[in-house]
Amino acid sequence: MVVVKNVLCSFCGCVCDDLEVSVEDNKITGVKYACALATEKFLHSQEERNPDPLMRADGGFRKVGLEEALDKAARILAEAKYPLLYGWSNTSCEAIKVGIELTEEVGGVLDNTATVCHGVGLEAIQDVGEPTGTLGKARHRADLIIYWGCNPSQAHIRHTTRYTAFTKGLFRSQRKDRKIVVVDVRKTVTSKTADLFLQIDPGKDYELLSALRMAVRDMEFETEAVAGVPVEKIEELAEMMVSCEFGMLFFGLGLTQSSAKNENIAAAISLVRDLNLKTKFLMLPMRGHYNVTGANKVALWQTGYPFAVDFSHGYPRFNPGETSAADLLVRGEVDAALVVASDPASHMPWAAVKNLANIPVAVVDPTLTATSLLADVRIPAAFNGIEYGGTVYRMDGVALKTRKFVEPPPNCLPDVEVLENILHKVRSLKEVA
Amino acid sequence: MELLIKNGIVFDPLNGIDGQKMDIAIRDGKVVESVSSGARVIDASNLMVMPGGVDLHSHIAGSKVNAGRLMRPEDHFRDPEAKTPTTRSGVGSTVPSVFTTGYRYAKMGYTTVFEPATPMLKARHTHDELDDIPILDKACFPLFGNDVILLEYLKAGRIEEAAGYVAWMLEAVKGYAIKIVNPGGLEAWNWGGNVLGLDEEVPNFGITPREIVRSLCKISKMLNLPHPIHLHPNNLGRPGNYETTIETMDCVRDLAGEKPVIHLTHVQFEGYGGRDWLSMSSEGVEIANYVNRHGHVSIDLGQLVFGNATTMTADGPFQFQLYQLTGNKWTNSDVEVETSAGVVPYFYKRSNYVNAIQWTVGLELALAVRDPWRVFLTTDHPNAGPFTAYPKVIAWLMSRKARERVLSKIPRMARKRSNLSSLDREYSFSEIAVVTRAGTARSLGLKNKGHLGVGADADVAVYPLNPREVDPSKDYKKVRKAFGNAVWVVKEGQVVVEKGEIKTAPRGKTFWVKPDIEEDVLRLAAANLKAKFREYYTVEFDNFIIPEDALARPQVLKAG
Ligand code: SF4
Ligand SMILES: [Zn+2]
Repeated sequence: MVVVKNVLCSFCGCVCDDLEVSVEDNKITGVKYACALATEKFLHSQEERNPDPLMRADGGFRKVGLEEALDKAARILAEAKYPLLYGWSNTSCEAIKVGIELTEEVGGVLDNTATVCHGVGLEAIQDVGEPTGTLGKARHRADLIIYWGCNPSQAHIRHTTRYTAFTKGLFRSQRKDRKIVVVDVRKTVTSKTADLFLQIDPGKDYELLSALRMAVRDMEFETEAVAGVPVEKIEELAEMMVSCEFGMLFFGLGLTQSSAKNENIAAAISLVRDLNLKTKFLMLPMRGHYNVTGANKVALWQTGYPFAVDFSHGYPRFNPGETSAADLLVRGEVDAALVVASDPASHMPWAAVKNLANIPVAVVDPTLTATSLLADVRIPAAFNGIEYGGTVYRMDGVALKTRKFVEPPPNCLPDVEVLENILHKVRSLKEVA
Repeated sequence: MELLIKNGIVFDPLNGIDGQKMDIAIRDGKVVESVSSGARVIDASNLMVMPGGVDLHSHIAGSKVNAGRLMRPEDHFRDPEAKTPTTRSGVGSTVPSVFTTGYRYAKMGYTTVFEPATPMLKARHTHDELDDIPILDKACFPLFGNDVILLEYLKAGRIEEAAGYVAWMLEAVKGYAIKIVNPGGLEAWNWGGNVLGLDEEVPNFGITPREIVRSLCKISKMLNLPHPIHLHPNNLGRPGNYETTIETMDCVRDLAGEKPVIHLTHVQFEGYGGRDWLSMSSEGVEIANYVNRHGHVSIDLGQLVFGNATTMTADGPFQFQLYQLTGNKWTNSDVEVETSAGVVPYFYKRSNYVNAIQWTVGLELALAVRDPWRVFLTTDHPNAGPFTAYPKVIAWLMSRKARERVLSKIPRMARKRSNLSSLDREYSFSEIAVVTRAGTARSLGLKNKGHLGVGADADVAVYPLNPREVDPSKDYKKVRKAFGNAVWVVKEGQVVVEKGEIKTAPRGKTFWVKPDIEEDVLRLAAANLKAKFREYYTVEFDNFIIPEDALARPQVLKAG
């Protein structure tokens, strides 16, 4: 048995990097220090895995050779006029880079899953900027931590023990050195251990943020409650914010996906900016997929835009609403799709999925996703962080490199190699044509 | 591969060549004595030939540059670059995407560019981007001036251990030199504060910026680093700051050696007189006078160029102040243990007297510092203007007429508060070669760059200008045009620009420095750090280290 230390967890945006994994005969037999969610995923990563390249045939799928599957995927892209290359949040930056080159080559649209979650936050930053910092800032300095519209106890399980409430930092050494506040539409495990919990009416984040901005500026309220929260509680939170030495606001999909979307984030940014006139305050989105941050970063440095990048004019263009995946699919504008390490069929609006089912689709993914079931060709891939190593960006932009510790099943190449292959084949097809 | 650049008019100040007609022979990426008759010939008759440009301070890669990209979609929209058979697509303007950065520098005849501010924890990101910048050779400077672990060593008076720590860090993150930004001020910024003078104590640490600068200067010498401490001092961007700037240079005077021991960067931002914005004046000449009298200092300009810019520095409190002043978008990005950073877009207006005074400061510095080997051309891209404005700056340096055209249009108050109109000096081509390549290469300790002697890296720029015919003083527009678009550029012996267009875009090297330190001292530093690493960082010691093979094309330089 081999014990591999300092293993990175490639599941959520916390990217914990202190795991210990035991391996015996190329099987993962134990995982230490990971959260329950990650432990399950590591231990089952090698099972329930269909390692075969598949192609659609007479209403079903048939097993094909890898080469044939790659050819098919390349043909789908090369023959398309305006393909969508989607996903990228659960893979390595190395794969994302090839994905961008491939999208540029075929004049398509590159979009990542941020388009349906924290993308609105990125748009807000484009408009106003953002006061932010790394997770260690919260750990060492913050005496006020706010979780807004996110539930780390379920989605980012080690967030509080590695980065906030229960860590030993340089200037804050224990739980009682920090105040924890939760703002959410319902009670959660996180809210139960909070010092203050504000239960907010669904979809009323913007109102509450605006009220907090008023309270922070010492303005009076004429109502008794805003967004379902009594004014006293709003004033209490405002007082905590103003009087803390270092505050950090973590926000999740509860904020980005409730009705006002980017106005919400802009309001949150404005609040945090105002607070910096009085104290020190930072904010950070709780990114879900382990490398969605990397998908945005690589797209930014290669194209200038974080997602929804259109190459149909030969240069990068960005206009969410027009160039974003869900909109392109709903309007039926794209005529083919390559889906990498993502499952739009289970998280996109129904109208988008319906149209996705009507165009040629190639899927590259370690597991057999719902999207693979409507694909024309499905190419299995190795797991980043288990079966191959690649660069990933933690939710706060800290880049780390995962490692390989078991061999992938036969036929399962790292997706970066799959994509390089497809790119190569697309180029030869275009040369012939 | 052999190449012969024939009959060019060559400026190679490191080898004493000042406009002589000669051939440059190239084999296997190096300049050689001669080549065979089969060599490819580039006819450079009546064209100006210089070594490839070397930029020692330009924000081209890493976390804050990318934060700038995120904030400037309106900037990108204006300046798209389409894919061509030899180039990738991208966006330009003030915060260009990586491919465009490489192409545009190459087209100006630049072949080496250093990224000057990298948080160690985010160095992997910087290297990721540097790897993606085509053609250029690169490196990055890690930020030490507010590093908590270092401050603790200094507070305890343990400079030997501090040196071991710096050496370990440089090697671990594949950095090149010691960068200091607003020493102590960024630590204070963790609590929303700042440090406003060389002798003001850093909160919680009981040491002063003076001690930080002096200690790091000593450490840089102990480790025999090729480039001196690279410093952005306290009080940047504030009226009256020139005194702090001179004090900062002076605080290491007794540490002087054969080479400069301190490099002050983008000094334009540090050369202001007056008590407030209303009484602000240019004190570029004052600083230049100090530099002229003291050989232990070198500076670069951070020359302001009117128009669109994106300010980005590790100086969080400065960026916050600029945000309050302008009301523009503001990003702040703090990094645990190490540093802060900030980004604020800015538009420099010729009609704004503060901006106009800022414009004069950089030129005063350039013209009043007599030794071109200790003053370098930068715009602190993209802070005071984008690097693509270098040809404009070159024209201002070479032509009094070019400067006067601008001087006549800036507010009278700005003219009165500056000495620029009294400075007659006009740079020669040779001096331009010094401040854009030979001097910078020497300052960086890059022995094979910045010149065209036998054994040099075959990085060569051929500009469409006959320096024997063109009088730069009068024909400054021709000069500007020529430096903006080289006819041929050779990088490591490969023709990368031909007839002004990108011909091919090979991958450049990334330099990093292995400090001069006993192996057992280094091992001890590593062991000490490993033992306490988890107290400071949220990543594991082993995952923090960037192995050499994580870089696409690393090139180690052994210090000493
Ligand atoms: S918190 Fe996230 S990164 Fe950490 S072990 Fe759990 S799933 Fe993995
Ligand atoms: Zn700078």
